[in-house]
Amino acid sequence: MSRPAQSPSRRRARPLGAGRLLAMAIALVPVGAGVALAASQNGIVRPTYEPPKPTVALGEELFNANCASCHGIGGTGIEHPRATAGDISGAGPSLKGVGAMAADFYLRNGFMPLENIHTQPGRRRVLFTRKEIAALTAYVAALGNGPGVPHPQPGGGDISEGFKAFTEDCAGCHQSVARGGYVTGARVPPLQKLGPTEIAEAVRIGPYLMPRFTSHQISDPQLNSIIRYVQWTNRPDNRGGWSIGNLGPIPEGLIAWLAAIVLGALCLALGKRFSA
Amino acid sequence: MSDRIADPVRFIDERTAAAPAIKKALRYLFPDHWSFLLGEIALYAFIVLIATGTYLALFFEPSVAKTVYHGSYAPLRGREMSEAYKSVLEISLTYKAGLLIRQTHHWAADVFMASIVLHLMRVFFTGAFRKPRELTYLIGLLLLFTSLLEGYLGYSLVDDLLSGIGLAIGYGVLLSLPFVGGPLGILIFGSTFPGKGVFESRMYIAHVFLIPALLATLIGLHLALVAARHHTQFRRDRRHTQRRLVGVPMFPGQAPRSLALLLIVAAVLFLLGGLVQINPIWQWGPFEPWLATNGAQPDWYLGWLIGALRLMPSFDVVVGHYTLIPNPFWGGVAFPLLVLFVLGAFPWIERRLTGDRSSHNLLDRPRDAPNRTAFGVAFLTWVFLVFVFGASDRVYVLFGLSYETLLTAFRVAIWVVPALAFLVVRRLCLQLQHADRIEERREEAEQEAEREHAERVRRREPVL
Ligand code: HEC
Ligand code: HEC
Repeated sequence: MSRPAQSPSRRRARPLGAGRLLAMAIALVPVGAGVALAASQNGIVRPTYEPPKPTVALGEELFNANCASCHGIGGTGIEHPRATAGDISGAGPSLKGVGAMAADFYLRNGFMPLENIHTQPGRRRVLFTRKEIAALTAYVAALGNGPGVPHPQPGGGDISEGFKAFTEDCAGCHQSVARGGYVTGARVPPLQKLGPTEIAEAVRIGPYLMPRFTSHQISDPQLNSIIRYVQWTNRPDNRGGWSIGNLGPIPEGLIAWLAAIVLGALCLALGKRFSA
Repeated sequence: MSDRIADPVRFIDERTAAAPAIKKALRYLFPDHWSFLLGEIALYAFIVLIATGTYLALFFEPSVAKTVYHGSYAPLRGREMSEAYKSVLEISLTYKAGLLIRQTHHWAADVFMASIVLHLMRVFFTGAFRKPRELTYLIGLLLLFTSLLEGYLGYSLVDDLLSGIGLAIGYGVLLSLPFVGGPLGILIFGSTFPGKGVFESRMYIAHVFLIPALLATLIGLHLALVAARHHTQFRRDRRHTQRRLVGVPMFPGQAPRSLALLLIVAAVLFLLGGLVQINPIWQWGPFEPWLATNGAQPDWYLGWLIGALRLMPSFDVVVGHYTLIPNPFWGGVAFPLLVLFVLGAFPWIERRLTGDRSSHNLLDRPRDAPNRTAFGVAFLTWVFLVFVFGASDRVYVLFGLSYETLLTAFRVAIWVVPALAFLVVRRLCLQLQHADRIEERREEAEQEAEREHAERVRRREPVL
């Protein structure tokens, strides 16, 4: 693991006084002592030897090192974090029976590992390699009898059907053109540039505050249509010109005021030109 | 040759005897300051609104009868929708120049309101509302608030998802009126929300005829009153006095300038209409009462009401089991009425506070009236902060500031920031006045020195 060329602390480097040096030394000691496996820069803990294939055993090792602090050993979940419980840091749900689908979605999109249980999981930089994700997914899938990774076929979906279903089931949170928004307690992400699998997974899992939609509520063909619509919103029909973000009246109001101010400035020019 | 002009002119004059009036009009003096043109922007935007609106009315179908769309736009094909929405879809997606005209109409409305606000600011901060122009000012305010209603009806007619949500909120506010709310809601909507077909045709006739006629009448009155009492002017030099107006005549001075401005306003609005997308209703889809889109917003000029509805702590006035004043009343009714009242009563409030009852044909510069300017800025800041809070959900999505944090911060800020603004602006005005006096004294001293110098040269005394 190569170190990044410039670590954040080095960028801010100032001449170190003795006091600062001492403080840094004290701060560094417990970190160095606590890590048995090799800790990389971004906080992911890896076994010193990784097999070339994504095995469940590798998954287990990675899980115990990176996930068990919240999800418990064996993914049983931790309901209440205990202050005295060593490195058990948070309350994560049980992963028995969430299946490969949830693991695949949460890991491939950088939702996990979560930094802090009080924050909303969301797209962050993916810290694991593909092999590691495959191993973790296999491990989580093996924990219980859960759904596998879905294989949607948006090509077979109908855009009109999708728009209608999206408006009925999703737009209240994700906005009509899937530009995201706010609901009490969560930021709702915009849905541009997502692959079909991720969309299907999100609908079937219901991450964070999003509800889960079973195949009774949204059938697989309907889901295909929804995915087709969501992907259409990457480049919606903006035949009116510059879309200003497809957000509706807020950016429109900004432009209107800009225009009014430009017109005011033109008055200035007109007034000057004609003044005696 | 000359007869070609003279003859028709004589023909008309002999039959209308209009020559004296026209002569007077052509000689009407306009003050020569750019800020007087701000109101004209609004006037020309209004003209663009009437012109584009007329075109739209030719194709718009004011009916909420259900139909099914089979047009060219794939994402809506096969969808059930109202005739109204479908006709606006066709205007936007099918008819020649329909989208250009529709977008220009909408941009014109947005810019119209903004220019009225700019004009109002000019009038307020220069004290142009003072005696003898209070009536002109009141009519101007009436124009502003009537225009808000006109704009609201305009985008509500379309029956797309956004407009339906806007109407639902409006209906909620209407119901919140103590005692009369419920019956009034039924009276106006024809039944409970979303109303039956009658409401659409009521909105339509109000939007395309009643309110425009009212606006045109008010504009006429506004201008007639301006002309009757003549324009105000800044005191630039000794020629400008309370009794003598210095400026350019309607012709040949002002008319080409105004014409140029008309063309510029129209050009800017049509450019916007052609290049920048506004209210893409095909992307929102048709309205159904059970549908919603996140972050639904009104047009900007009603954003301050959304902000007020959101900022207002949730409490109702309840007497026994009867909710006398439901919560939306505060943000949706009391707040705008308070703003209207403060603005409308301001000329009288100021007169009361300053004891100045005289007529004013000369304008103040903002610094000349520190208290008024400071109050104006504070008041504007207050309304502006409420307005900004209307967009708090977007602020959250864009900048990650949590909604709850924003809510608390704004509930404090809307009081603290205007108070600070008052103090700072008042101070600034006084400083500027002070700087003016120093400048004046310096100029006087310089002139004095020059005179002395000249005197010495004349007397051949040694020059220092
Ligand atoms: C109650 C509001 C709500 C509804 C309804 C809802 N979502 Fe979500 N959705 C969310 C939230 C909140 C998140 C973010 C979850 C997180 O951060 O873990 C999200 C996340 C997603 C994601 C993942 C985004 C990403 O960046 O990876 C997708 C895809 C998605 N939603 C699609 C849909 C679709 C399709 C529907 C309709 C069938 C829908 N959602 C309905 C609130 C909602
Ligand atoms: C800081 C605590 C924390 C850490 C560390 C963490 N998680 Fe989570 N995890 C959570 C919480 C809290 C949730 C519930 C979030 C939600 O509802 O979207 C969650 C949800 C999940 C889910 C979805 C569960 C479901 O019901 O669909 C999966 C899968 C998951 N985590 C896997 C992992 C893996 C694999 C790791 C290690 C790489 C990991 N987590 C590390 C706290 C954590």
